[in-house]
Amino acid sequence: MVSTLCAACKTERAYIKRPKNHAKLCKTCFISVFEDEVHHTITSSHLFYPGEKVAIGASGGKDSTVLASVLKTLNERHGYGLDLVLLSIDEGIKGYRDDSLETVKRNAVQYNMPLKVVSYEELYDWTMDQVVETIGKKGNCTYCGVFRRQALDRGAKKLGIKHVVTGHNADDIAETVLMNLLRGDLARLSRSTSIVTGDNRSEVKRSKPLKYSYEKEIVLYAYHKGLDYFSTECIYSPEAFRGGPRSLIKQLERVRPSAILDIVRSGEDMARLIPGDSPSSCACKGQTSAPIAADEDDIGGCGSQGGRTSDKRMAAIEKQLRENEAHEALEIDVAKVKSGSSVGERDKQIDLPLRNGSGLARGAPRQVLGTCVRCGYMSSQAICQACMLLENLNKNRAQIQI
Amino acid sequence: MSNQTEIDTIPITVDFSGGLEMLFSNRRRHAVSLPAIDGAGKPANIAFLIDYLCKNLMKDPRTDLFVLDNHIRPGILVLINDADWELEGEEAYEIQPRDNILFVSTLHGG
Ligand SMILES: [Zn+2]
Ligand SMILES: [Zn+2]
Repeated sequence: MVSTLCAACKTERAYIKRPKNHAKLCKTCFISVFEDEVHHTITSSHLFYPGEKVAIGASGGKDSTVLASVLKTLNERHGYGLDLVLLSIDEGIKGYRDDSLETVKRNAVQYNMPLKVVSYEELYDWTMDQVVETIGKKGNCTYCGVFRRQALDRGAKKLGIKHVVTGHNADDIAETVLMNLLRGDLARLSRSTSIVTGDNRSEVKRSKPLKYSYEKEIVLYAYHKGLDYFSTECIYSPEAFRGGPRSLIKQLERVRPSAILDIVRSGEDMARLIPGDSPSSCACKGQTSAPIAADEDDIGGCGSQGGRTSDKRMAAIEKQLRENEAHEALEIDVAKVKSGSSVGERDKQIDLPLRNGSGLARGAPRQVLGTCVRCGYMSSQAICQACMLLENLNKNRAQIQI
Repeated sequence: MSNQTEIDTIPITVDFSGGLEMLFSNRRRHAVSLPAIDGAGKPANIAFLIDYLCKNLMKDPRTDLFVLDNHIRPGILVLINDADWELEGEEAYEIQPRDNILFVSTLHGG
């Protein structure tokens, strides 16, 4: 077969066919266009300011490894002036996390970035190995996911850092959009499509600079740049990709690769129709700054990336959501007290968005954030999810000890 | 007798990464002598290689982590001498001596 020439430089042989537009590129042009697009996402959504300290949530997996590599490259190339730190969570899973932490330690040397590791054990007095010993393997990903969110924020606080970036990619976002549509969870749909979550009431903001990057291209970028990453499945959620929305996304991609970004964009468009929300969009489409969504639990669950959800895990999350609903009356009461508003979240969501000049409905904040009465972490409920789960765990531990 | 057992083979290397190593004896690189023609007498192509790997190289019973509905599982990338197999004709690409075929999963870990 005669090899094709790169569509960009027209001199080198093409090695990559881009899923988003079928462009055939050589290795060098692919690497540079991948980096340019992340740079574009960063600048058009005003993600960083000069001198900002930014923690990269690093699991040792492909996404966060590529994120660290690209941010280091762009920071130097474009003079962002960022102070980058790797922040890793040790969930306490022997034979899995201790191995992947070795990868992160090598990355810290390779990228010349400081590394901070915070463990579930020091934060919660529980390792995931102990959690699984107590509650079994079912539903443990829910615990892990809830704990990880807080752990990243608390780790960042310890470092005096107010911005955590994570490696969520376009496939992750598309999966979450599908899941939230299937569940009819519009509030979460809008949060999950935002490039930035958390706001001035929360102490740590989060963002996803790779939200428009295909997982396929992330893997190819890592491969062609020879990046060092860890790809073993978590021993407590092996093969989370079998079945469920993740498989659907990958099958759609096989039929029509642009489907992934189409779903992400559609998710953003739908989120724009939800009252009180200003979802993220590229500045080229007319927005000038990164809109921010209230964020307590944007992307549920587990995996070092947190996006992936199997049927089993979906069931676990559903259960968790039902439990949350049981606390909803409480949540609305808290919201009234905090904001003086008499409108509950439910009521707001039933209202149809009013079209105004800008085409965006701007209502009151959809979700009212307070702080957890136990741990002080931001929460829309009196007791945050992590504290609720801990209470459960500690009860079980007490019973076992008796 | 000797003529019948002597099947022409093509020497190639097959690599697994991104978590697929676990399905193939936890090894990344395998030297494979692939029969030059498939059961129907046609030159060996990628489709034949995938089937051959499932039957001869994979010790793990979970073949659905590698192959779904007789095709490579969506989410697994195939690189032929570093080039995306979509540029090379995918399953129809005819294997050449000393080719390197890489299967890399995008599905594992984050
Ligand atoms: Zn080129
Ligand atoms: Zn709490």
